[in-house]
Amino acid sequence: MSTASLAARARSERPGLRIVLARHGIDGVTLLAVPSALFVLALFVYPFLYGLVLSLEPKAGGWLANYVKFFSDHFLYETIWNTLQLAIPSTLVNVLLSIPVALRVRRMKHQRLLTAILVLPITLGTVLVAEGLLNYLGPHGWLNRVLVDGGLIADPVRLIHNYWGVLIALFISIFPFTFLLTLSYVTGIDPSLEQAASTLGANARARFRHILLPLLAQGLAINFCLTFVQAFSVFPSAVLLGDPAGVTRVISIAAYTAAFEQYDYSMASAIAMIMGFSQLIIVAAVLASRGLVYRGPAGGAKG
Amino acid sequence: MSQGMSAGATGRAVQREPAGARLWATSVWVLVGFFILNLLALIATVVVNSLGTRWFNTWLPEGFTTRWYFSAWDEFQLSDVLIVTFQVVAAVVALAGILGVPAAYALARRDFPGKRFLVLLFLLPLLVPPITFGIPLATVLYKVRLAGSMSGVIVANLVPTVPFVILVMIPFIEQIDPRIEAAARVFGAGTGRLFVHVLVPLLAPGILAALLLVLVRTIAMFELTFFTAGPDSQTLVVALYYAVYAAGVRAGQSIDAMAVIYMVTTLVWLLIALRFVNPAQIVGRAPREAR
Repeated sequence: MSTASLAARARSERPGLRIVLARHGIDGVTLLAVPSALFVLALFVYPFLYGLVLSLEPKAGGWLANYVKFFSDHFLYETIWNTLQLAIPSTLVNVLLSIPVALRVRRMKHQRLLTAILVLPITLGTVLVAEGLLNYLGPHGWLNRVLVDGGLIADPVRLIHNYWGVLIALFISIFPFTFLLTLSYVTGIDPSLEQAASTLGANARARFRHILLPLLAQGLAINFCLTFVQAFSVFPSAVLLGDPAGVTRVISIAAYTAAFEQYDYSMASAIAMIMGFSQLIIVAAVLASRGLVYRGPAGGAKG
Repeated sequence: MSQGMSAGATGRAVQREPAGARLWATSVWVLVGFFILNLLALIATVVVNSLGTRWFNTWLPEGFTTRWYFSAWDEFQLSDVLIVTFQVVAAVVALAGILGVPAAYALARRDFPGKRFLVLLFLLPLLVPPITFGIPLATVLYKVRLAGSMSGVIVANLVPTVPFVILVMIPFIEQIDPRIEAAARVFGAGTGRLFVHVLVPLLAPGILAALLLVLVRTIAMFELTFFTAGPDSQTLVVALYYAVYAAGVRAGQSIDAMAVIYMVTTLVWLLIALRFVNPAQIVGRAPREAR
């Protein structure tokens, strides 16, 4: 049937709603997405909006009282600083270390075995990593034993129930995630680009600086954001392995305390909103600044 | 290190590197080795401690015993906890499959206005960390009196897993030839029969992979379960957290015995999953979709 006759038919007998919708790609099959969409709307979007409204209805005081309280009580606003002190170094170290390792591993034969080992901490989860590190890093743990018996240090170094324990736990549980992401971006780069540069006499440093880095910038920015967001929401290791009343009193502990120890859901929602908002600011800043590094077809070399 | 030789054309081009480059390569491998060594040592500490009689200030415990497993089993009521864990996981896997696979099919096969928005909607629960959305979610679930029970835990765990199934399944569905479905429709199959007789058998490997990943993630999901579980709806990982949190009251070895039981439950499924999926999928899928 030609378009003209279709149009004619459409004019003579007004097409039913079903046909109009089907032309836009909406029919019985499309409706299969509706239950999931409703589920996510009801249990992800709605709770966020509910939490936002709830945070503006404090137990006492005006509508911003929770936020005023958060930013005037040093025991509360310092949690942001504490969290950033953990999240930013661990994110930077993770992302920076993942690049050389991924560049090496992509040429490896038994990649699958290595990635399988690296997936371990992700599947074991943060609670188990924290429990293992409590033993391993403790004053009588194997690490201190090796260092003391090896004559490297005189007294066991204190690595648990302080800042360093949490930082190490964050590194161990998040590095695999960061690394596998970087690896997926690195393997997406066409090796012939590097070969061409090599033929033209570029050394390893120049190849990295002028070919790999520009092509990776996009992926690294996204990777940085995802790693940061994970590190920023550190919780079990900060409680179990850190000093939850002091330097590792992170923002998620403050939110948890408000919700489940003080039963002040309004304040807890306010803290959760502040947590989400802080993550958003850093992510927006990183994504905005990646344009400064390289502007061009992002996945240009993706085969 | 012979990776320069083994990698074919790239390798040959990169071959003539000075000693500095080899030093660099070696230090990268030392770094990876150091990381893996520490990782394995930390797992080994837990296992050795759970099997030791008394371990203080020596390399290895004085003797070995299995009694901590029995005491942990009684002390933490692990049979109840394991039953709850498996019930939660089974329900989450089944519901995530039932909700997610049809939605993935719709997104893979149809182009409709607002599709990009819908994909973004499904991406958000994977990108926002559970702690951030867990507190508002738990608040809502407590308000409707779902939290504190097993159904609350199941519902909370579905929030990240349904989108996960959708985003993992979309590429699997896209690679199936639509003409097969067209043929089934010509022979008069409705959407329901199409699913049962054509799509599910063709998609079985993809569905299996996605659901195994959901299973591993749900066993290890701490935050959401922690926020929504009541005293008799704790999963293994939450029970482990409480045990470590209240450590000092109980013998460290029996906590570690519990940790080993937890590790074994996760690792068995991880090993099964690794037979069917690329390990990178466990973390890599969603963000790659995002680009």
